[in-house]
This record gives sequence, C-alpha cells and structure tokens, in this order.
Amino acid sequence: MRQRSLIAITAALAAGALTLTACGSRDDDGGSDSGSGDGTTVVIGVDAPLTGDLTALGLGIKNSADLAAKTANKQKYVDGVTFKIEALDDQGQPSVGQQNAAKLVADKSVLGVVGPLNSSVGESMQKVFDSARLVEVSPANTGPSLTQGPDWRTKKVRPYKSYFRTATTDAIQGPFAAQYVYNDAKKKKVFVIDDKKTYGAGLAGTFTEEFKKLGGKVVGTEHINPDTKDFSSVATKVKNSGADVVYYGGEYPQAGPLSKQIKEAGAKIPLVGGDGIKDDTFIKLAGAGSDGDLATSVGAPVEELDSAKKFVADYKAAGYKEDYAAYGGYSYDSAWAIIEAVKKVVDDNGGKLPDDARAKVTEAMQNVSFDGVTGKVSFDEFGDATNKQLTVYAVENGAFKAVKSGTYTG
Amino acid sequence: MNELPQQLVNGLLLGSMYGLIAIGYTMVYGIVQLINFAHGEIFMTGAFGALTVYVYILPDGTSMWIALPLMLIGAMIVAVTVAVGAERFAYRPLRGAPRLAPLITAIGLSLALQQAVWAWYPDAKSARTFPQIDGGPFHLGDVTIQTGDIFLLIAAPVSMAFLAYFVMRTRTGRGMQATAQDPDTARLMGVNTDRIIVIAFALGALFAAVGAVANGLKYGQIDFRMGFILGLKAFTAAVLGGIGNIYGAMIGGVVLGVAETLAAAYIADVPGLDQFGSQSWADVWAFILLILVLLLRPQGLLGERVADRA
Repeated sequence: MRQRSLIAITAALAAGALTLTACGSRDDDGGSDSGSGDGTTVVIGVDAPLTGDLTALGLGIKNSADLAAKTANKQKYVDGVTFKIEALDDQGQPSVGQQNAAKLVADKSVLGVVGPLNSSVGESMQKVFDSARLVEVSPANTGPSLTQGPDWRTKKVRPYKSYFRTATTDAIQGPFAAQYVYNDAKKKKVFVIDDKKTYGAGLAGTFTEEFKKLGGKVVGTEHINPDTKDFSSVATKVKNSGADVVYYGGEYPQAGPLSKQIKEAGAKIPLVGGDGIKDDTFIKLAGAGSDGDLATSVGAPVEELDSAKKFVADYKAAGYKEDYAAYGGYSYDSAWAIIEAVKKVVDDNGGKLPDDARAKVTEAMQNVSFDGVTGKVSFDEFGDATNKQLTVYAVENGAFKAVKSGTYTG
Repeated sequence: MNELPQQLVNGLLLGSMYGLIAIGYTMVYGIVQLINFAHGEIFMTGAFGALTVYVYILPDGTSMWIALPLMLIGAMIVAVTVAVGAERFAYRPLRGAPRLAPLITAIGLSLALQQAVWAWYPDAKSARTFPQIDGGPFHLGDVTIQTGDIFLLIAAPVSMAFLAYFVMRTRTGRGMQATAQDPDTARLMGVNTDRIIVIAFALGALFAAVGAVANGLKYGQIDFRMGFILGLKAFTAAVLGGIGNIYGAMIGGVVLGVAETLAAAYIADVPGLDQFGSQSWADVWAFILLILVLLLRPQGLLGERVADRA
C-alpha cells in the first residue's frame, strides 16, 4: 500500500505538472509567411520562471522583453513588422523548459527566444532550439559550458550555433568575487556552500579555484538541498569552522534563509554570492542580519549607466506591476538583439521576411552590434557577450548598493 | 568547541516540527485508514491564516506578545475549516470507495490548495515574510536557541500532553479509540462515528496550525509550497513511529529530525564517506533509517498498539 501510494503521488504530480504547463492560453496567428510586408507579426518567445521561488527575476525578464517589443513597435523600427511577446513559464525546471522550447519551435511565427533564467534550464533547451535553427538569447545564464562546451577549462568548443547570451559567465564572475573578497574585503578563510545546480556548483567551483590561487584558505565546503529551508546544521558547522566569510553558489530563495540562520547561529560573517542572490527578496528573506552581505552581478549597475536611465524611465512609464529585477537590462538587450537581427534580415530581403527566416536571423545575430541598456551589445565567436563588466554590491540598510565595478582580467 | 549539543538541539527543533504535523497523518490514518496527503497543505493554509491575522487584521505595530495568541487562533480557524471542509466534501462521499480513490483525491486536493493560495492570496507567488519575535538568542553553555524557537520548544510538548489527555480521559477521546478499533461495533454502541471522524481531522489540523505558526517564527517566511516537502517528511515520521500511534508520531518526528541533522553534520567526518555527508544527502540518510526501521520493525518504532490507536 505504502509503495503503491508513493508511485501514485509521483504519477499524479507529473500529471498535475503537465496540466499546469499546458493551460497557458495562446492566440498565435502564425502570420510569418504572409510575405506582403504589411501586418507581419513576429513573435519573440520568452521563457522564464513566472511562478515559484524565482518569480521576481522571471517577471522582470518577461516585462523587460515586452518593453523592448513595444518600443520597437512604437518606433516602427522594422518596417511592416509588429513584434509580440509570448511568455512561457518554466518554473525553474529543466524538464518544463524543454517542453516550452518544443512549444515555441512549433509556433512558426516565433523567430527568436529570450531566456531562460537558469543555466540548468538553458542546457535542456539548447538542442531543441538548435535543431530548429531558432535563435535563443539568454539574459541570465552564466554557466560557461553553455557556450564553450563541457571542457571549457581546457578546450573551448561552441556546442550550439543558435545560442547567445548577454550575461557574463561564471568563469569570470566567480574569480571576480574571489579577488574582491581576498584583496578588497581582506577575508582569508572561506566556507563554500553550493546547491549542486549547474549555476551554483559552477560558481562555487570557479570562486574556490581563484580564492586558493590568491592564497586564501577554504575551511569547509557544504552542499545544501534546495528543497528545504532548514540549514541549522550547516549554520552550526560554519560557526565552528572559524571562517570569516561564506561564499554561496546558488539563488536567493535558499541564500536568504541561509544567511539568516548562519548569523543566528552566532557567526557574524558576510555571505557572498553571485547574481542569483542579487535581488531584494534576498534581503527580505535574510532579515536585518544581511547588512554587509555581498553579491556580484554582471555588468555595471543599471541605474548608473546613462544608456540605462531611459530604460528605467520607460519601464516605469509602461506601468509594469513588478520590478525589472537583476536581469531587466539584459533582457531588454536580449530582446532588442533579436529585433536588430530581424531588421537586418528583413532589410536584406527587400523589406519582407524570407522563407528561412529562422536560420537567417540566427546568422544575423552573430554580427549584431548596438548600444544597449547595459552598454555595447555584441557577441564573440562562442555567442558570449563581449561586454565583460561586473559589479560588487553590498547590502546596506536593507538595499543593495554598488561598491565596485570592474572587469576580470586573468 | 563541542558542536554536538547544538546539533542535537537543531535536530530536536526540526523533529518537533515534523512531529506536530505527523500527528495529523497518524490520527486520520488510525481512524479511517486514509493517508491524507493534503495535510501538508492544511499546515500551509494555517500559516497563511496566521499571517492574515497579523498583516490584515491587527493594527500595524502590534506587540508580538498580543499578536501571537491571536495569530495562533487565526491559524487554527483556517486550518480546521479547511480540514473539516475537505473531510465533508472530498473524503466523506468516498468513504465506501476503494482505498486508492480517496488517496488520489487527497493528492488532487493538495495541488488544488497550493494553487488556490498561489492564485488568490495577495503576493503569495513568492515567499512572504512572517513576523518575528524580538529579542536576542539565548545561550545555554554551548547551545544557542533563537527566540522564535522557544515557541516550538514549549508548544510541542504542551500540544502532546493535551492530546494524550484528550484521547485518554475525555468521552470523545474514548469514542475515538473505540472507532479506531472497530467502527461498526462503535456505531452499534452509540458512538457517532461521523462526528468522531470530523473531530480527528479537526484535531490534526489544530496541531498543524501550531506547527505552522512555529514554522513561520523559526524561518521568518512562508510560501505556498512549504507544506509539500514538510508534509512528506511528517508522513515519513508518522510511519517511522508507527502510523496510527499518536506517541509514535511525535517520537518518529524527533528521531527523523535528529537523524537528518546529525547525518548532515557528521557523516562527512567518517573516513571514505566525505562525498555523502553534506546537507543535500541528509534526506537520503533519513530514508535509509526509515527502511532499516521498517525492515527490523515493520510496525514502526512504537508499533500500532491497538488500545492507544486514535
């Protein structure tokens, strides 16, 4: 009985999950082949976690991509083409992401996809998009292997020609954090924790490597289970390890409680993380003890760039309910890169979309170059952003404040 | 510094939480032989009930000493309402049906409750902060106890004592024991079994509500999915202690919590096992323990002593 019931739960849950993902209503008109120029609708797919723990980041991505599409329509940026967003929810799950990818591929009016947020989801979507030659631009994936292959440390090979990203990789972000923690914050003994996901483990790995190289000491490592909120045993270990800083590779739903519980256990040391924890929800979850915690994030602070001020103003004017969050600027740039590529393809084809529009857009993406929200947007031979700037943020009085911007150099 | 006392307290706290929820599984199973998989969600709705009282009913800045009892009552009202409603509309119509039918209903109800809170509770799409009790942590030698945990440390044994008294000493409690032993004979003897079953659901929800408030105070946040994993763990605790036995639920919870915590803290120090020692492996060790207990004592730690079954 007991075993049978467990199987039953699994089956029912799987069925439930499937139903939930299938109930997003769609109203595509499939008009990409209507060659007449006027009234052609190009759909830009968006895949991000719109429900669940990572909602704050996901909705920021969706809204920002939507803003890019609306701006292009208003400016009549591509003659005769109207852009539309179709946003799908991946719940941060690779399996759901893959289904979404298949769904977007099946809709012929989709010529590009913005997303996803999680590197692990990105991994599951790449192949589906690549075989359809549908271009994908991620505003947030930072796992190095996505663009440089699984052996990126020794031999860089680009696995998929249709995958691009506007975010920097963990290969840069981890070491950048290590340098700041060791040289600027003068912390020498670190306790490294990760959540075993592609993003978290990768980040923790590159951080550890650089921190040791600089002469720092790793006094303990832990892997947590992202399903629980009770990290008391880990917190007690951190306290007794004598570490003066904690590095966490993972995202804010776990980082917040983790920071809180470490401080409650009596270890008043800062928790440092990557862009996955740089969200106001982290501070909300971590409570007052989070003052002094650090997060690195890709690019210069959106609010401080001149190019970004217009974005922030437009975003506010558009009246979105949710904040643009950590990846807003990158999502806008990702969507705009797709718009630029579509424009190039339409211009080259005498003002209308060619039959093999998807392949052409993917080709055009490689040479896209424009001044975006986050600075100059263009891609190198692996599909990575050429803009490799990073910023360290510290929590001060309940808000993230930029403390240092720079680029990581070997 | 010796870490063991602190880790034991960590485990005890986690385990008390499991135990409070496990009582709901074990009572309902003891009486109607139904595994109420929606119980984790009843716990979750209780937490949102408490939050509603604090955020939307009480004036801003109410002292926690006044707010806490009211939040507890709010949590209980919501949890009991949901549980009794579930019994009346989801389970009672299926009382005569094969066992699998109410089980699937329970899973469906669990999903429905999660989605309902997600969809209709304000800002529940991501985690919501739960009010905290002010005041610094308390130190007893090597052990640090958070202010929020004090509530759990007091509430769990008090709840247990109340339950033992209720089941052993009151007329209704004896009616529950009779129904658990033999529902048909109990009915012939004049016990209103429908009422007893509703009371079993309500009592389980009451303890889940206490656990829900304790959970909010301990972790400072609640979300619509909090009941699912905790519910599974509590169910495991109930099985570990011997499902159907109310003392077993509490003891199973504490054993499970301590086992998980100690596994996370010490397995890595065993030579050759450092790969399997991190917190992400704690669940694996907890379930290995469950399998061992069930192999050696299939009836669970305390077993299902029919006389105490309620």
